[in-house]
Amino acid sequence: MSSPVVHAHHAPQGFIRRWIFSLDHKVIGIQYYFLALFSVLIGMSLSLLMRYHMVHPDAKVAWFAKLWPTAAQGGIMTPELYLSLMTMHGTIMVFFVLTTAPQSGFGNYFLPIQIGAEDMAFPVLNMMSFWTTFLALVVMVAAFFVQGGPPLSGWTTYPPLSAIGPLAGPGEGLGQTLWIVSIAIFCGASLMGAINFIATLIDLRCQGMSLMRLPLTCWTWFVTAILGLLGFAVLLAAGVLLILDRSAGTSFFIPGGLLVSDQILNHKGGSPLLWQHLFWFFGHPEVYIAILPGMGVTSQVLSTFARKPIFGYRAMVYAILSIGFLGFLVWGHHMFMSGMSPYSAMAFSVLTMAIGVPSAIKTFNWIGTLWGAKIHFTTAMMFALGFVSLFVTGGLSGIFLGQPALDLYFHDTYFVVGHFHMIMGVAAIFGMFAGTFYWFPKMYGRMMNETLGKIHFYVTFVGVYCIFTPMHYLGIAGNPRRYSDFTNFDFLGKLLPVHSFMTQAAYGTAAIQILFFINLFWSMKYGKKAPINPWNATTLEWTVPSPPPFDNFGGVHPVVYHGPYEYSVPGAPRDFIMQTDPPDAANAE
Amino acid sequence: MPGSITSDVIKPPAPPRGGGFGGGGGGSDGRGASRRASMTGLMVLLAATTMAFAAFTSAFVVRRGMSNDWVALPLPRIVWANTAVLLASSILLELARRSLKTGRRTAFNRYWTAGTALGVLFLVGQALAWRQLNAAGIFVASNPSSSFFYLLTAAHGLHILGGLTALVYVDVQALRLRLGPGKRTAVDVSALFWHFVDGIWLFLMALFLIWG
Repeated sequence: MSSPVVHAHHAPQGFIRRWIFSLDHKVIGIQYYFLALFSVLIGMSLSLLMRYHMVHPDAKVAWFAKLWPTAAQGGIMTPELYLSLMTMHGTIMVFFVLTTAPQSGFGNYFLPIQIGAEDMAFPVLNMMSFWTTFLALVVMVAAFFVQGGPPLSGWTTYPPLSAIGPLAGPGEGLGQTLWIVSIAIFCGASLMGAINFIATLIDLRCQGMSLMRLPLTCWTWFVTAILGLLGFAVLLAAGVLLILDRSAGTSFFIPGGLLVSDQILNHKGGSPLLWQHLFWFFGHPEVYIAILPGMGVTSQVLSTFARKPIFGYRAMVYAILSIGFLGFLVWGHHMFMSGMSPYSAMAFSVLTMAIGVPSAIKTFNWIGTLWGAKIHFTTAMMFALGFVSLFVTGGLSGIFLGQPALDLYFHDTYFVVGHFHMIMGVAAIFGMFAGTFYWFPKMYGRMMNETLGKIHFYVTFVGVYCIFTPMHYLGIAGNPRRYSDFTNFDFLGKLLPVHSFMTQAAYGTAAIQILFFINLFWSMKYGKKAPINPWNATTLEWTVPSPPPFDNFGGVHPVVYHGPYEYSVPGAPRDFIMQTDPPDAANAE
Repeated sequence: MPGSITSDVIKPPAPPRGGGFGGGGGGSDGRGASRRASMTGLMVLLAATTMAFAAFTSAFVVRRGMSNDWVALPLPRIVWANTAVLLASSILLELARRSLKTGRRTAFNRYWTAGTALGVLFLVGQALAWRQLNAAGIFVASNPSSSFFYLLTAAHGLHILGGLTALVYVDVQALRLRLGPGKRTAVDVSALFWHFVDGIWLFLMALFLIWG
């Protein structure tokens, strides 16, 4: 039941105001989504180049020489080029894909609709936030085209390597500067986005939408926004210090007496560890920024297709909140190798293990939701189940890395690469796929092709396990990470077949993504027409037309009477009760 | 509790719970920021600013504690005058807000303009402080203490600049007699931001005096 129509708002008619500099949260959400899709193509191509190089370090590739005349002279990739590809792969994936699509993309589109609002609280700020992110991406990609190429210092940008300028290697000049500037711009954009998300969720909920009736997606977007707000502010401050070290001659991070390329640097007294503390104070919450929205989507999708209420809704909310809170107390576990006091390491280790508790609560509740359910195996559901699987796999290796004694061995090996790709990379991407298949009908008014979707799911699922599971084995065998070439070390030679297998798996997994893109674009135009509520789901976005009108509810103010996941309620006429269903309808026989 | 279905189904629609939260749906006036959302947005912005200055402060303390090259910075004397100017501007803005509440528009305009002018004066004063340091041969890279002084005053100055933009905007609206009830939010938000930036400056002064 809804209150009567007040007045409907109409979309601006001009193309530019409507699709380019749009104030509509739905258009901005799609813009973010496609920015992430574009970025993921770059990031994925870089990873394929890296995987190729690891298996064929001496191969002469003609077009390498054309692309990078200095860094790949004669078509052979230099180790420096490899490192710059690695840096850009990590940076683009973490910032412009994992931070952008699940939060800013889906969050922008669906947070206002799910809480019954007409738009975000500050539409102009929302538009600025997107275009600032776009500018950050342009600056970041520009690093490919400047002299020296992109930076070498990894997405964590540890000084002194990142702080001392061109002396440290190609890419450490202008490329590194562009990197820092791009990230600083990105921080600004994220802050604008966070302000919007938090104010919208707190102040624009419709009548009856109490905090404990929020869909879990909204909870995760909200907590993610808080993490972004507090984290990116610190990263911005750290970035400013780094820029000053690079260009103003200060010594915040650069120690004295540093000898680089036969020159003694004119800095003194700085502390590289200071950067690590500041960076990881942002960096660890960033991991949750990437994964939390995926958890929200997974909860939403599991409940919908299991046709059961989410098991332990309140426990889920408190788990999200405690993951967010604990996320700020564990940054030291990235620095066990830095020579920190064993006592601090112990404290960070215990706190890290504590995050296992809310994570286990979430996993337990997902399984509880599935328990005894008649599951509808749609593609969205498959990806959500895949998310749970990857989250468990990646989480288990986290228990090893959270212990200082084990981390000392594992830290610079492929074990870490396997761990964070599983839990932060692939799991979050699976959350995005689940969200795409689940919400596509609402966003474009058409259904995606389920057969293509399932083929895409199975190959991707098997593929990512084939890529990342062997990394744990490599790590245990002592294979160091960040090396561009393993052929010169006897003990690594025996592991090359494993690398070769992973590279083949990476090719296959990347190739099958073409199927996803075909499905996405084909369905936009030719997919089966989607009804208002194709999944028989309960939340507010399924009460409005597909795609929703400009002001979402056509001038009507929705009123909410139910929790978000009331499926299979005994005595109810259907196996789901919409959040807006009047209270007595549920009791009708 | 949505987990247990029955409790919600039989009850009449629960009013939004949790203090002042919920309800509204953006108000019946449709798109755009409501007053409440603006206030929330401001608080969120202040939280982010606090985090950035907290990061600078922790870098300050760590950098000072970890090395033996720190030389105490002789604070340029003009910063004391600047502090007084900034405090005075905050007081004037508060007087302006009170006047507006009791409907005294002329008094509001006078106080607000004076407060804004003092804000500009503060920035000029900070620039003079930099010049005095320069004249004494103390530059950004001279010592970590001077690095931090320049950095923190610059970061603070940027926030002052942002605040001034808002103050000038309100002032122009007020002097052109366009300060309708809808703009009252702009008055409150910009004044609160200004007080906050004022508070940050007092904190920075304490930091310079105690640890600088």
